[in-house]
Amino acid sequence: MSRYQLGEFEEVVMLTVAILYGDAYGIAIIDEMENRLGRKVSIGSLQTVLRRLEDKGLLQSEFGEATKIRGGKRKRFFTVTSLGKKMLENAKDQRLSLWDAIPKIAFNE
Amino acid sequence: MSLENNNTPYVILYFFRWYCHPDFVEDLEGDLIERYQLRKIDKGNYNAYWNLIRDVLALFRPGIIKSFERSQKLNYYGMLKHDLLIGWRSLLKNKGYAFLNIGGLTIGLTVSILIGLWVHDELSFNKFHQNYDRIARVLRHEVYNGEHETNAVMTTGMGSLIAQEYENRFDGVAMVRQRIEERLLIHNDEKFNSKGYFMQPMAPKMLSLKMVRGTQSGLDDMLSIMLSESLSEKFFGKENPIGKLVEMDGADGLKVTGVYEDLPKNTTYCDASFIAPLDYYLYGWSDLNVWDNYNMHILVQLKAETNLEETSKAIESAILPHLGERTKSRNPSFFLQPMNEWNLYGEFKDGKPIISERMKFVIFYALIGVFILILACINFMNLSTARASKRMKEIGVRKSMGALRGKLTFQFLCESFIVTFLALTAAILLTFLLLPGFNIISSKQLVMPWTNFSFWLTIFVFSLFTAILSGSYPAFYLSSLDPIRSLKGTFKPGRFSAIPRKALVVFQFSISTLLIIGTLIVKQQIDHAKNRPAGYEKDRLISLRASSPDYWGKYDLLRDRLKGTGVVDEIAESNYSVTSHLGWNEGIEWQGKDPNYIPVFNTVRVTPEYAKTIGLEFQAGRDFSRELITDESTVIINESAAKLLKGMKLPLVGQTIDFDNGNFNGSQFKIVGIVKDMVKGSPFANSFPSILFPTKKDQGWLYIKVNANVPLRDALYKIEKTYGEVIPGAPFDFRFADEEYNAKFQEEEKIASLAWVLAGLAIFISSLGLFGLVSYVAEQRTKEIGIRKVLGASVMQLWSMLSGEFVLLVGISCLIAIPISWYFMQEWLSQYDYKIEISAWILILGGASSLILTILTVSFKTLMTSRLNPVESLRDE
Repeated sequence: MSRYQLGEFEEVVMLTVAILYGDAYGIAIIDEMENRLGRKVSIGSLQTVLRRLEDKGLLQSEFGEATKIRGGKRKRFFTVTSLGKKMLENAKDQRLSLWDAIPKIAFNE
Repeated sequence: MSLENNNTPYVILYFFRWYCHPDFVEDLEGDLIERYQLRKIDKGNYNAYWNLIRDVLALFRPGIIKSFERSQKLNYYGMLKHDLLIGWRSLLKNKGYAFLNIGGLTIGLTVSILIGLWVHDELSFNKFHQNYDRIARVLRHEVYNGEHETNAVMTTGMGSLIAQEYENRFDGVAMVRQRIEERLLIHNDEKFNSKGYFMQPMAPKMLSLKMVRGTQSGLDDMLSIMLSESLSEKFFGKENPIGKLVEMDGADGLKVTGVYEDLPKNTTYCDASFIAPLDYYLYGWSDLNVWDNYNMHILVQLKAETNLEETSKAIESAILPHLGERTKSRNPSFFLQPMNEWNLYGEFKDGKPIISERMKFVIFYALIGVFILILACINFMNLSTARASKRMKEIGVRKSMGALRGKLTFQFLCESFIVTFLALTAAILLTFLLLPGFNIISSKQLVMPWTNFSFWLTIFVFSLFTAILSGSYPAFYLSSLDPIRSLKGTFKPGRFSAIPRKALVVFQFSISTLLIIGTLIVKQQIDHAKNRPAGYEKDRLISLRASSPDYWGKYDLLRDRLKGTGVVDEIAESNYSVTSHLGWNEGIEWQGKDPNYIPVFNTVRVTPEYAKTIGLEFQAGRDFSRELITDESTVIINESAAKLLKGMKLPLVGQTIDFDNGNFNGSQFKIVGIVKDMVKGSPFANSFPSILFPTKKDQGWLYIKVNANVPLRDALYKIEKTYGEVIPGAPFDFRFADEEYNAKFQEEEKIASLAWVLAGLAIFISSLGLFGLVSYVAEQRTKEIGIRKVLGASVMQLWSMLSGEFVLLVGISCLIAIPISWYFMQEWLSQYDYKIEISAWILILGGASSLILTILTVSFKTLMTSRLNPVESLRDE
């Protein structure tokens, strides 16, 4: 598993799922991402990524309540698994170690 | 603000539901609806509607839509995969049985493929020639001494007449010297005795010869010759031979005008290493308008629109007026036979076509091929059904899980498909490896038709047939087992369930025993003919064709010189070789002969030393003598000829025959001696009625009897040296009379060797199957045998208990096979004049040998089981 590298979009999706802890279903994730990051997210690309991450065991999901506005259909709530958490931490550490390695002079104009 | 569901555009959602993976439909549809409703409030109906469409389309991507595989798992494909897997596993689990099955089927299929190639080759005889279906030869029926005869040999007059009168019906007419001629061809110092045909100029084109050099019209000039590629290479190597001169029999120089590719073996003219003009053959002694000498084949190539039957009638009406009274009295009728029928449909009886010997072979071998394949299929059937109890649990479980009988049948068929497929692959490889050897025993030029589509199609259909034949009975039987009883383990195959199996074993061994007996009888018949007295001494007798003109007139000198060397007993000449069929004459008269009786005699002209040289045995009278002047008009006859001289006064020696032919000295000949019959033609046929006419003139064949006390190699060396001194131009190209004699057995020996192979394979396949059955039975009864041993049974008792059943079955097979083989072999022998009587002991020997083989096969396994220590066999549990 350690070989597997999260893609950028995957990482953002997982982080958003973590932010929305307990309330992360399709539309909420899209809204949160659009609000926080200001980027357009298509439902198609989001849903494929969610299913893929679930297949890999980084996310897990369960059905929640049904509301009237949804035509009586239940929501599917996603949460990050411990494996997913490890992957996220891993990614973060990598980034930080890269940042740390940058010599000061590089960004000093 | 309305949140009513009925506002949602359902058409679009239906589309979504159709493509979406069933696991995701609910939550995704919820998301879609929620978004649609929220947008409707925010931005209005129109915007929400279009955005919904966009979202649905955006979701139409891999990962969300239904998986193709999963949605189709419910059909046959998955089941098929499963069946193949289970079949493969059960093969691996029972490697021994799998080996027996696949091995047997491989042999069966290999034999079938080889025989199939052979039969195909026979059926495509002469089809090498492009217009084989429109090229025909003229045949003639006639009645001769009350017997119908059919003959293809015509006169040159007939051929010329047909060519002139019916030019408009034919694309070509060509006469061909009816038999292949042997000539000595010389170029510079190279000399080769070669066989070839004399043909009219149209022939090469009609036969669509493939020219390597020159053109098909190479026979237009009388002094020309066309060579086969192989002969051309012998003479000229890679050089271009066109325009070079080749001497024929040392007489004339013929200009090489063409080189053709050697004809394939399954054509009539395959042995032609040269083709020379017919005009050259006839030059100086005959012409194209002779009506009393029958020596030509007439080939015609019909125009596309011409009708064969009608043309036959026209030819007949054209020829009849030209025939003499005597010929007409034979009531001749003429017809045409297309080229591809010459081989297999070339025999006639009473003016009607009959099934030829060749065709009988084709049918016979095809039948054997099918039978051997069936024997291999039976192995599969028997081993699968016998081992049914091993798979009872599996079948029970499948049935209780709801497997239909059809599905189970299909599963077991799958297994036979796997086995057949593996066997087929092995068989194709094996065929490829065996083909060169097979070509030698069958004297064919078969090649593996790798790129031939119809070959693969035939193979495919055949293996399908094999798989279904061998798989259908086990599939039917196994799928019929009762699930409850088979799961409980109380299922015992009934007493009668083994009967079909036993019947199949009996069938297998009947066929095998039949083949063994047949082979033994063929062998005995050949040996019988080989031991037949030849009537002359073949040992140390060599013959030479006197092919060079330098040779004429030197007989006396050669004789004196050769006898002077001390290694030669005697030399003689005759106009036909002693093993030849040629030289038949009628028109011999004698006092007391019935005028309506027209016997035919084999007439040979010989020098006076002939009888002494080839060692004829005198029964009465004396030999010719060179010294007696009156001996010019005497003859020696053999016993068969004596029998034909009906009505002649006895004793025959001293009587006179009248024979006014012009080719012999005078017209009255006194019989001076009677010799024992000699085998000239087929050793299986009656001896020819021969009359020997003495002559002092040179003849075509020279015989030299080598002294028995000199080593043969030294003698040959001395003879060759002397021969070369006397006749410098001629090659010393001799043959041994005993070798030529043995060549007469070739056809029969070929049958015998093929029969050996086929009989051997049949019995081998049957034994394989039997071995499988015995192993299974012995395995099943291991415990029983252990207990019996503990209770005091001896190894012999156990052995006979286990083997008895199989020996009984094979015994029954023998009883069936013996009368059938007696009947068929009686039929086969009836074609020979000189034959054995089928004796009882050979039938018994055949039966006994298959019984002994059975006992050996069975005992191998039963003895092993009987000798097991009961502690071993009873231990587990």
